[in-house]
Amino acid sequence: MSALPSNKFDFLCQDVRKRSGLVLGQEKAYLIDSRLGPLARKEGFASVEALVDAMMRGDHRLCVAASEALATHETFFFRDKTPFDLFENVIAPSLKSTRMGRQLKIWCAAASSGQEPYSLGMLLDEIPGLSADILATDMSAPVLEKAKAGIYTQFEVQRGLPIQRLVKHFDQVGDSWRIKPQLRQKVRFEQANLLDDFARYGKMDVIFCRNVLIYFDIQTKAKVLDRLAAQLADDGFLLLGAAETVVGLTDSLRPISGHRGLYAKPAMAAKLASAA
Amino acid sequence: MKTCLVVDDSRVIRKVARKIVEDLGFACEEAADGQQALDFCKKTMPDAVLLDWNMPVMNGLDFLIKLREEPNGKKPVVVFCTTENDMAHITQALRAGADEYVMKPFDGDIIESKFAETGLV
Repeated sequence: MSALPSNKFDFLCQDVRKRSGLVLGQEKAYLIDSRLGPLARKEGFASVEALVDAMMRGDHRLCVAASEALATHETFFFRDKTPFDLFENVIAPSLKSTRMGRQLKIWCAAASSGQEPYSLGMLLDEIPGLSADILATDMSAPVLEKAKAGIYTQFEVQRGLPIQRLVKHFDQVGDSWRIKPQLRQKVRFEQANLLDDFARYGKMDVIFCRNVLIYFDIQTKAKVLDRLAAQLADDGFLLLGAAETVVGLTDSLRPISGHRGLYAKPAMAAKLASAA
Repeated sequence: MKTCLVVDDSRVIRKVARKIVEDLGFACEEAADGQQALDFCKKTMPDAVLLDWNMPVMNGLDFLIKLREEPNGKKPVVVFCTTENDMAHITQALRAGADEYVMKPFDGDIIESKFAETGLV
């Protein structure tokens, strides 16, 4: 339970939901102090409540910063492993046969501090005959800065990252580890919000959008999924987090049976099911 | 049940590591230096070795080189676990036949992730 008076809590919930889609129920109220506390201190406020007061007075910059601070950015290299196995064993062979050497277009939506797009870059490096243009977006400016720099702590490079890949793709810089320039150059980072229009990105062959829909309400989930489907090539693939699904939310995407977390447009899903 | 040999001259580290590998479903054996570890392996090859680098009597790298020369010495999955955290040490360990490398300080998640990488869990 947050210590905020209910009118301020309600304002914060509505403002954050409008900006980022994040649903901040009472059960997530504990996040308010732990994630807005550091922001309040950094901005010179005596308390989180004083920060929210300033937001209520219409400080746009603080509202944006609060939305960014409240989002969950946790991630690590090759997180959950399964999506990367699916990329290697299902997606890559399927697209390799139809793209005839053309670069794939891959989009990591909500890429956080960059571990997911860089993991894909490492994987692509090991798949002969396949290259890709990787676009990575996130709504948080500070998180994207970290992603672009490609600098990770010793702790971060040990979760999920095999040592051979560390040796191959990182340089040691003091106590930190930095992605080598050739891998950094493979990923383009852009600040973008999933609630904004993303038609400018053009059609994507593969979209990773993992562990972000879980924070949205049903209507927002449905809308975002429809818009992701509109960006997806007819034979493209969408990957969601393990706790997420399209079922009951949109008719424009179907699960691919036998492959948890993998989705495609209905015609493509049917084709894969009949081939299986 | 798979066996993991924890090799470290610090009793505290061995105790922490024992708890972690036992939670991962291994039977845990301990050795305080490379020579003790080699003597153990000559009798019974473990499935996994969690290996410190700097130890008295015989260090981790020398142990690893000798282990890989033993009959059946290629069988154990060897995961270094050391404060030596620079690229030169890491590549030296890999060349000597290490399968994975953990830089201290470590926790259960890191050990589990590295054991998973090598197919141990």
